[in-house]
Amino acid sequence: MIDTVEMRGIVKRFPGVLANDHVDFDVRSGEIHGLLGENGAGKSTLMNLLYGLDRPDEGEIVLDGRPLTLTSPQDAIRAGIGMVHQHFMLVSPMTVAQNVALGLPSSRGLRTDLDVVTARVNELAKTYGLDVDPARFVSDLSVGEQQRVEIIKALYREASLLILDEPTAVLTPQEVDEFFGFLNEMRLDGHSIIFISHKLAEVIALTDRVTVLRDGRNAGTVDTRDTDKADLARRMVGREFSLTRSLPRVDAGPPLLEIEDAHAVTARGTPALRGVSLTVNGGEIVGLAGVSGNGQVQLAQAIAGLHSLTSGHIRISGAATEGRSVRKLMDQGLGYVPEERNRDGMIKEFSIAENLILRDPANPEFVRRGLFRFGRIDEHGAHLIERFAVKTPSASVPISSLSGGNAQKVILARELDRDPSVLVVAQPTRGLDIGASEFIRDQIVAARSRGTAVLLLSEDLEELLALSDRVATIFDGRLMGIVDREEADPSLLGLMMAGETLEQARAHTTATGSAGVES
Amino acid sequence: MTAPGRKLPSHRWVKVQRRALPVVTPLFAALIGLLIGAIMLAAVGANPLSAYAALVEGAVGSQNSIADTLVKATPLLFVAVGICIAFRGGVINIGGEGQFITGAIAATLVALYLDGLPGPAIMVVAAIAGGLAGGFWGGIAGVLKARLGVNEILSTVMLNVIAALLMNYLVAGPLIDPRQIEAGTRIPETARFPRSADLPRLLEPTRLHLGIIIAIAAAVVVWVLLWRTPFGFRIRAVGFNPAASLYAGMSVGRSAMMALAMSGMLAGLGGAIQVLGLDHRLYSEGNAAAFTGLAGFNGIVVALFGGLHPLGAIPASMLFGGLVVGANALQRTAQVPSSIAVTLSGIVVLVVVMSQFWANRRQHQLALPDALELEEPGPPAGQMAESHPQL
Repeated sequence: MIDTVEMRGIVKRFPGVLANDHVDFDVRSGEIHGLLGENGAGKSTLMNLLYGLDRPDEGEIVLDGRPLTLTSPQDAIRAGIGMVHQHFMLVSPMTVAQNVALGLPSSRGLRTDLDVVTARVNELAKTYGLDVDPARFVSDLSVGEQQRVEIIKALYREASLLILDEPTAVLTPQEVDEFFGFLNEMRLDGHSIIFISHKLAEVIALTDRVTVLRDGRNAGTVDTRDTDKADLARRMVGREFSLTRSLPRVDAGPPLLEIEDAHAVTARGTPALRGVSLTVNGGEIVGLAGVSGNGQVQLAQAIAGLHSLTSGHIRISGAATEGRSVRKLMDQGLGYVPEERNRDGMIKEFSIAENLILRDPANPEFVRRGLFRFGRIDEHGAHLIERFAVKTPSASVPISSLSGGNAQKVILARELDRDPSVLVVAQPTRGLDIGASEFIRDQIVAARSRGTAVLLLSEDLEELLALSDRVATIFDGRLMGIVDREEADPSLLGLMMAGETLEQARAHTTATGSAGVES
Repeated sequence: MTAPGRKLPSHRWVKVQRRALPVVTPLFAALIGLLIGAIMLAAVGANPLSAYAALVEGAVGSQNSIADTLVKATPLLFVAVGICIAFRGGVINIGGEGQFITGAIAATLVALYLDGLPGPAIMVVAAIAGGLAGGFWGGIAGVLKARLGVNEILSTVMLNVIAALLMNYLVAGPLIDPRQIEAGTRIPETARFPRSADLPRLLEPTRLHLGIIIAIAAAVVVWVLLWRTPFGFRIRAVGFNPAASLYAGMSVGRSAMMALAMSGMLAGLGGAIQVLGLDHRLYSEGNAAAFTGLAGFNGIVVALFGGLHPLGAIPASMLFGGLVVGANALQRTAQVPSSIAVTLSGIVVLVVVMSQFWANRRQHQLALPDALELEEPGPPAGQMAESHPQL
């Protein structure tokens, strides 16, 4: 059993990014240690270092007082460190026992020893209440059961420190309860568990200590019983808002995007939206806050005509959208910057100019007698490249040769060039450098000044607070509340993101908010 | 091809390489293929040099052999051009054979039963009917894919079988030449079409007919369609990235359907041209391959050989036609078993197709100096279609 693992002064740089900046982190035997932080805060980097997937530039990892050098996950496994990734690494057409045995030498040399494996799996399952049948095929298991297999795999390899990367993201609430049961068993048995999450409520309920990472730095390691959700939310987002900006005054326009009691289901048939009502007026940015997977994607796609509602209505510029094709909605004045820009926003093999006409290739401006007018298309490309400051030698190079920020500028240029009355932007700056992010935010604000109704979906709370006139928070397919720019603050939003209603969250923040000021 | 090494290559040289690569690589690879073939020929006791001489002589040595090469290239080119549309549109059409056959059947029906039409009209109507029939046959697979999600590889292969059996039934039954019944021979073939339905010959006394010109014209038209029109833009967009196409407001299912239908249309036209220009009747010998010469399958190879580009398919089809004709000559003159000749062309194809993967990757690397920053590594050169030049 591992007694303590310490990470001391860890520094990890990636080109242009300081992913971990002198991070100290430690975990002890018999402890569940929460690791919190926004996307890009450095959680995954830190855990990849601990699991041997990458090596720190500075700092050391110390196991039970002895320095530990990890060059590969094999080293980590040998040291007793196991990791369960968010996306499972299981071979579906094989049985549970086969998956557990995969990659390990057999105790019988060339012959398999699946009976031995099966016996041990049953033993582990019994000890920790991880009920799973070793003979079943992984393809027949539910997501929760597959997760148990992953944990058993790690335990079978004698992991005494388990890193769990957002393990509850894929589970139903009932499965979460059960899952916490196993984790408690393991804790009692002396295992250490690192629990990565951005669900505050779960961290509070489960962990012994919490470490919050922000911008690659440790923003505090605290005993869970000495903290609360509001405090953790504050630490996650930080008190200082470098991005705060005053929005130019714009007279409120007419309601351009109206969502009325929208209900929808996911591709798997589970409820995604459970009655969302929201209006966005011209000249207004409404931010939508929420932990990913709470219905944001379906809402954005429903507005864009890519996901159908089971009931409710969406109107764009006053006209109904039911049954309209993506094209029709575009003509109706909708612009959409999708969340997965590389997959959904562009065709990598096409040039910048071609991507700029992707929405409307048959536009008479670009076509004469059925044939493309390449001169016009290139001019159009050159014009938008200049207007949106896309760094490229010309519009005829493939868009795949651009950096993420420049590619995003191309997508935004395409959507804004048509001067949409409604603009839906999802995660517009995720993974982009600061310069490009600022440019894109400025363009969104400029669209607002031109009278566009903007719905901004972002997991970056700072960005939401900086850009939004109002912020709505979505949880489990419902809006928990809509607050004005003045009232919106991270702890209030954080509480609503964790499932509290606006009233509950207000009561909470007034209680702890004053305490926070005193301390 | 020299590696640029540590030193950054000059921009000009990179450009030259980028242009030359798609042309030089397959030629070089074909040479390697022929070298391997030479070893094989030597192993069966033939003199590789004289064998190759016989092959070349047989393919392009005389007016007659050149004409034969072009005649063999014609159906291959039609099918290959159709395949380009399908593959560029992200659908895999293995149904060239069936579409070719249905096109031939439709043209046969027109030629046999609308013989009252004036000369050129009967040809045109028969060719159009063939194209429509092939398009319909491909379209079935397209509709099945778009509406029900049926894998198009599966459906097109099955439709091949149906078309072949339909043809066998027709030429042995309802469409059989009445004289075969009178004579009691019952050879499964239709009556000869009226002479007014014969495509004009280009080079008497050879068998070369107008078909090759029509096929080349079709290749040019498809090239324009795919790269110079919004229609082709959408087909290619969906072929590259269905998700982004959907987001951009294109109908992915419809695009796949159109790609399969148009692909079938080209193959069907090829079938019609084959019966109108060369055979002047439909016959089966109990096996559809006798009539098609497996053009429906070999056309796929030709398309890949031509870089899935309609214009690339033109020389590729002629090379293949030449290999077929030359292999026959090889068998006759050098006494090499025909299986060796077939193997030979197989090896050449294999090496050339492999080399194209290499060329694609190399091209991708050569594209880098233009890029400012490459954030994510591009996709591996897995798909042939990906980085081929668009001329």
